[in-house]
Order: sequence, then structure tokens, then C-alpha cells
Amino acid sequence: MNIQSCVEVRNEWDIVKARQSGRNIAKELGFGTVDQARITTAISELARNIYLYAGSGEVAIERVENGGKLGLKIEASDSGPGIKDIRKVMEDGFTTSGGLGAGLPGVKRLMDEFTIDSKENEGTVITSIKWLR
Amino acid sequence: MDKLVIQLLNESRERIYNRWMDEMERVRDEHRLQSITDAAYEETNKELFEIIYTHIEQNVHKPTDRMTEFAEHLMKIGWRLSYITQGLQNFRRIILAVLLDANQSNEKVYSMYDEIDRWIDPIVNQLINESAKNWEDTVSIQKVALQELSAPLIPVFENISVMPLIGTIDTERAKLIMENLLTGVIKHRSQVVLIDITGVPVVDTMVAHHIIQAAEAVRLVGAQCILVGIRPEIAQTIVNLGIDLGQFPTKSTLFKGMKTALEMTKRKMIEIE
Repeated sequence: MNIQSCVEVRNEWDIVKARQSGRNIAKELGFGTVDQARITTAISELARNIYLYAGSGEVAIERVENGGKLGLKIEASDSGPGIKDIRKVMEDGFTTSGGLGAGLPGVKRLMDEFTIDSKENEGTVITSIKWLR
Repeated sequence: MDKLVIQLLNESRERIYNRWMDEMERVRDEHRLQSITDAAYEETNKELFEIIYTHIEQNVHKPTDRMTEFAEHLMKIGWRLSYITQGLQNFRRIILAVLLDANQSNEKVYSMYDEIDRWIDPIVNQLINESAKNWEDTVSIQKVALQELSAPLIPVFENISVMPLIGTIDTERAKLIMENLLTGVIKHRSQVVLIDITGVPVVDTMVAHHIIQAAEAVRLVGAQCILVGIRPEIAQTIVNLGIDLGQFPTKSTLFKGMKTALEMTKRKMIEIE
């Protein structure tokens, strides 16, 4: 099996596709069931954000290595409206779509590393890594 | 079709057949047919070739019944439609080569080729349309079937109902869950509803949000929700996400939830001696 995959997100079922491939790769890399669930949920959140706010984009999942450490990297990118105030979206309970507002701060807690790169009207790239312990 | 073309095609049938078979062998991998035995592949090719030729002999501009049946049969056993369309396209290409070999004037070749084009295209189009229609039918039937399965509310005891959820929850399904919950609660006069999420693979904020909303709506009509079937890994992700499920009771298994539900309706399970 290949240790990377890229899923285009255009509709709700692509979210399922993205997290399915994420779960497979996580399993392949040797993550336990709890971490598999964390990774899958994180992918689900990121992919749903793309679907909800940008309309379309892609989720790339790949294996990363850093000094003998093995991990799984999720990169969710879109060319949507971008995020106006990054500090605000990282607050628990902040939402513009009537949801719970737990998505992005939740992903940060689910994963080990988390970075947002966003420009208004140009798009957003969110990169997140979970290391294998 | 022009008599001359038909005559020419009949004369060079053997040659066309051999070249066509070579061509089909070459594209075999593209159609993912490596698992088919050589003999079966050759047999099918032979049949397809015969069918294409009967089209010429009968001079028809749409797929004959035999062609449609053949296509349907192949699709049913898992071959791709592209096998047949490519077969027709290869056939056209080879005919052009044969026509050029036959030393006709350019104009003649062009008009013949044009005619063959007009003859093959409708056949390809109709085959594609039919197969697309078949797929669409299948998809819409499955959609209905899925909808029927998607959110059943089962009255188990007097005043106690269970809604087992299995599989991914999308927005459409979330709507159904809410509707079925509310109508079911009122229809069965339930006091307690157990929502079982054992079969839900991922509980993200959206799924949690829908469950919270559904539980709140159930509370408004005077019943109580218990969320059951929370697996350990799901419990951890819910905590990590920071989702507050404190407004209603939750249990790890349907059995425990059922016990609680019975207590809430002032009953209990006993073993008989």
C-alpha cells in the first residue's frame, strides 16, 4: 500500500473518502485504535471545513519522518475565502456556521502539531502532524 | 451504407479480424481484464467482432438487440463498457487503414470514412447512454434503500424506544434522524429513547452537534434521550474535541442504557427462578 494519498473534497462523501484513506494509512503506520480515531476525526473536521467554507479543496495525507520519529501528516488546502482572524477561530465555541465551534481547536488538541496558513481571499492551508509513540 | 464499403469490408473480413484481435490484445490491460483466461477473452472478442459485423450486414444505425444483450451481460459480470466502446473505435481505425490500402481516391476514402463514422457513433452513444441510465437507476434505488435503513426507531418496551445508528452520518441523514425521532417518540408515546452509536465510525463535531440537537428536540416533546454505544476511542476524541455531552445521560453499551431506561420508567429486570 502506498503511504500517501490525496483526496479532493467536493461533496460530503469525499469527506468520508478522505478519512477512510486516513484511517488506512494510520493503521498501516502502526497507530493504535485511539490515535486512529483521533486522526480520522481530525481529517473529518478539516475536510468538512473545506466543504463548508471553501466549497472545494484537497486533503493530502502522508507519512513523515523526523529524527527517527515516525508520524502522519495531514495537509488540508483550499483556495477559498481564507480566515479573517485566526486567533478567533482557535477559540472554543467560535462559529460562523451555527455549529459547535470546536472544530479547529479540537483538531489542535487531537493532533501533536498544528499550523494554519491563511490569506484572505486567497485560501487556507492547514498542516497537522500526529507522531507515533 | 454504401454497397462498395460493405463489399470491401466483407472481402477483407479475415484481415480486419486479425488486426482487430491484435489491437484488442494490446489494450487488454487497460480494461483490467488480466484475470480473465486467454481463451475466454478471445471467445468474447470473437463474439463482439461478429456482432459488429452483423451491424454492417444488416445496415443498421443503432445497437441491435444482440449488441445490447451482449453489453448488458458483460457489464453484469463486471467488464467495463470501455471494452466495447474501444472495440468499436479500434474497428473504425482498422477500417480506415484497410480503406487506405484499397487504393481508392482520397475523396472516396473520405466519404466512406465519414459514413462509417456516422454509423459507429450512434451505436457507441446509445450504448453509453443505456449503461449510464442503468447506473443512475441503480444509484437511485440504492439511495432509497439506504434511506429506509438509515434511521429506524424501534419501540422495545412500553415507553422505551431504541434508535440504532450504523454508518456515516451526513447532513441528509441527520435530518432524517431528527424527524424519525420526533415522530416516533410521539407515535409510540416513548418516555425514553436510546440512541445507539456503536456503529458510527467517526464522531466529529458535526455528528455530535446533530446528536445534541436531536436530544434537545426530544426533550422539548417531553421525552428523555440516552446516548449509548460510546466506544473508548470515541469517548477520548469527544473529550479532545471539547464537546460537552453533559446535558443528557450517556452509557457505554445498549444493555446498560436499557437498564437505566427501565429505572427511569420505574421498572427493572429480574432473573426468574
